[in-house]
Amino acid sequence: MVSVQAEVLLDGPGTAATALALTAPISFWGGVDPRSGLIADPRHPENGQLIAGKVLFVPETVGSSSAAAILLELVHGKHAPAAIVLHEPDAILLLGLIVAKEMGYETPIALRLDREGFSALHGRTLRVSDRGLIEGA
Amino acid sequence: MAMRIVAETARLMGAERLIPIESAHIDGALYHGDSGTLFAERLVAGGAKTAVRATLNVGAIDLTGCSRNRLRPHELEMAKRMMIAYQQLGCESTWTCAPYQAGHRPRLGSQVAWGESNAVAFCNSVLGARTNRYGDFLDIACAISGRAPDYGLHRTENRRATVVFDLSHVDQKFLHSDVAWPVLGNLYGRLIGDAVGVITGLAFRPWEDILKAFGATAASTGSVGLFHVAGATPEAPDEATARHNTPAHERIIVTNEMLLDAQTRLSTADRADRVDAVAIGSPHLSVEEFDSLRRLLAGRKIAVPLYACTGRHVLRLLERDGHRQQLESSGVTIVADTCVVVTPILPEKPGAVLMTNSGKFAHYAPSNTGYSVLYGSMADCVESAVTGRPMFGAPTW
Repeated sequence: MVSVQAEVLLDGPGTAATALALTAPISFWGGVDPRSGLIADPRHPENGQLIAGKVLFVPETVGSSSAAAILLELVHGKHAPAAIVLHEPDAILLLGLIVAKEMGYETPIALRLDREGFSALHGRTLRVSDRGLIEGA
Repeated sequence: MAMRIVAETARLMGAERLIPIESAHIDGALYHGDSGTLFAERLVAGGAKTAVRATLNVGAIDLTGCSRNRLRPHELEMAKRMMIAYQQLGCESTWTCAPYQAGHRPRLGSQVAWGESNAVAFCNSVLGARTNRYGDFLDIACAISGRAPDYGLHRTENRRATVVFDLSHVDQKFLHSDVAWPVLGNLYGRLIGDAVGVITGLAFRPWEDILKAFGATAASTGSVGLFHVAGATPEAPDEATARHNTPAHERIIVTNEMLLDAQTRLSTADRADRVDAVAIGSPHLSVEEFDSLRRLLAGRKIAVPLYACTGRHVLRLLERDGHRQQLESSGVTIVADTCVVVTPILPEKPGAVLMTNSGKFAHYAPSNTGYSVLYGSMADCVESAVTGRPMFGAPTW
């Protein structure tokens, strides 16, 4: 049983889903297919994995400033992660969620947590509360 | 809605206030899916207009008609609606990722809100204007509200170089070639990430197009928003000034071996015996780069497609001087307003190999186009296009 408290960056509903902890920085534009939520960068260690419906742990974001557009499109097409956990707030990426809320779409919660804890959560089924409490068996 | 988006971002990033901005460069008009079009049309419907000068980055469609894409009818329609919506918001139809070579050059020290990672790096580093790495939606929200959250690279204390990237042990002849700078950018981006660095140990003053290539590649492999070059960029008359006279956290001594390794990483198709297409122009080609292309081609016909991506600010000059016709009669496809990694222009061909001199194309082409890539100089690209086989010049060191 693990239990960690993350900081809520952007409000969203609580969820229960499998954890996917990325082991390398990701560029959403060029790195994630906006139509499916598959990681599409052949040089990324988690290439081919699906971020849709997961509790996605992101150690670092890199690359193009179009990340928000990809995330908005994932939300719009219902291929977004169930929750997004960042090592540090990234305005470029989170803008996708801010705009999704403005557009009235159902938007996942965004949390902040130190990346040192990511690997211990990978692969577990997690419950994430709307207050940012992450619990897993 | 625009002001709410700016204010919410300010809260998220811990900015204490909003500051007025003088200009914006908008990366948001590139179609990634219907949601972006619907957002722009929501702003238009609300009567929004930009409050400051705002140039537009590439769209998904070549509106000049120089090149064609393979977007399906629905995507084509939505991409066009998106481009029109951004024009209705008052943005200039520049459609280029090199706005700084299309007459949009904010002055040293001015506060601006720019999107597109290479444009951000150039604007901060080479022009010395101050912008964070703006993403889609926030860029237009800032342009409409005329305000930006005051944090990050808008503030003097965050523009200090904390890492020194020392090139004094590297072959200077290599550094003087155009092939070197995407290689340097690849290494710099991976090693430095989102920190601010100062490049030292250059025996010459780098020219604008190689700084453009460097920044574009560094911003693809790392979250690089600002770099300094001692003795060359405006906030770095010397290394100590770039460090704000404070000791660096780290000094990276670059070696020839590190550069060879970075050069290898730019290619994903090392054992290719043919080239299916060649693409140059990320960031968009300048007039000077087109001059090099014409000189290297020397009127020869190419055997495989060569896509030369640029903005309409350059296309106008190519047409005026008869160079467009000359290049097209050699078989070159000029791509304006857009480029080959953001919209499907390259022919669909499983297992195909793309040769490029752009570190940014080399980084993004494998995932965005399905092509594997070979990285070489502009001269290598031209020779490969003429022969249809990978052609590489002798090693430079």
